[in-house]
Amino acid sequence: MSDGSFYQRDRSRHPPAFSPGYKTSVTRSPQKAPISLDNTISEMTGPVFGHVPIGALDNDLTRNYAHGGDPIGQRIIVHGRVLDEDGRAVPDVLLEFWQANAGGRYRHRKETYLAPLDPNFGGCGRTLTGPDGSYRFRTVKPGAYPWPNGPNDWRPAHIHFSVFGLGFAQRLITQMYFEGDPLIWRCPIVRTIPDRAAIEQLIAPLDMASSVPMDARAYKFDIILRGRRSTLFENRLEGN
Amino acid sequence: MVQSLDRLKETASQTAGPYVHIGCTPNYCGIEGVFPADLGASMVDAETRGERIRIVGRVFDGVGTALKDAMVEIWQADAAGLYPSPQEKRGTADPHFTGFGRLPGDMTTGEFVFDTIKPGSVPFKDGRPQAPHVSVWIVARGINLGLHTRMYFGDEAAANEADPVLSRIEHRSRVATLVAPRSDEDGVPTYRFDIVLQGENETIFFDI
Repeated sequence: MSDGSFYQRDRSRHPPAFSPGYKTSVTRSPQKAPISLDNTISEMTGPVFGHVPIGALDNDLTRNYAHGGDPIGQRIIVHGRVLDEDGRAVPDVLLEFWQANAGGRYRHRKETYLAPLDPNFGGCGRTLTGPDGSYRFRTVKPGAYPWPNGPNDWRPAHIHFSVFGLGFAQRLITQMYFEGDPLIWRCPIVRTIPDRAAIEQLIAPLDMASSVPMDARAYKFDIILRGRRSTLFENRLEGN
Repeated sequence: MVQSLDRLKETASQTAGPYVHIGCTPNYCGIEGVFPADLGASMVDAETRGERIRIVGRVFDGVGTALKDAMVEIWQADAAGLYPSPQEKRGTADPHFTGFGRLPGDMTTGEFVFDTIKPGSVPFKDGRPQAPHVSVWIVARGINLGLHTRMYFGDEAAANEADPVLSRIEHRSRVATLVAPRSDEDGVPTYRFDIVLQGENETIFFDI
């Protein structure tokens, strides 16, 4: 069992804080370097949510906000595994996801896009990973939507993911994109990531083998969290 | 060529965006009936051990404007200095304390308010005590990778002075950005912890 500190983050694969193509980052990016802090128990532990009652429909966005009907849109299943950098499954961790509806409209009071809300679509879901790190949920494929960055910028279709992991140092929020979407490579938020391979890792392929005939297509999206060292060669790591 | 290390690469971060509340605090933004309560909204119950405190603050951008769309998460030990985590090997934490809080800033003022307890001290790697602290994680529109920081307590001057993390920060004038002063607000011990993302008095962030 590896229970030591987490491998350091490779910041060259993550977007830098200051990335002026994404305008809001200009005033929300620290100017001073972050201070490196080797993990203490405060960072190696983190909240786990096995006790949280996960409702039967929490991972079915086509039904968890239904008010007498089905949401309009392309029915899809999103599935994958949460692994660490050593390829080990990360079981029992909470995944949360949120998205716009099929027309690109979010259910949020600050959203002003003219595309209509779908009365049967809320746009949020969650699930715990299984013993093999696997997860799945049902939804409708979100639409692209415009945003006030450049004068004519459009977000590619995407689903936001929040992942907990087992330690607070693994906490991650990211976005999943869909194979073949031509907006991906034009998007200033995607392009905050400097590494092309790191971008490709956010693009879920169409997975026909996991589709349900006459019902829903599937996309596969694996999520990799930081790996962690064995305590074998570390001295009194827990301080006890 | 040498052998390949053959490791996977961590999934890259992306901003949480302006609508992070839909997924993380749906009840707060009006999506009701999906989850019974917003995760992390309540950290304590009537039987939680320790001193009840309140942590209040806002997140400011580089022009001094409070963010109204940030989400702040905190993670802390219980009053005895134990984490409610399966990774905690030193004992069993208070079952009436979650250790985890999550709040959006108020949509008008940007203020976040955590009702929690004051944590006990936890050890550093070499066994020295760390001063009581709360780990803090901030995401928002315009933040590409969640920002980690720590909040220390203004009424723990001696412990803060000896803290193994604080004591090795080179620029001593910046240490104050991590220390929240204590005051009494409506009879509740309150620590005010404002986070400055950029510029003068920029909060210290950690690469953990």
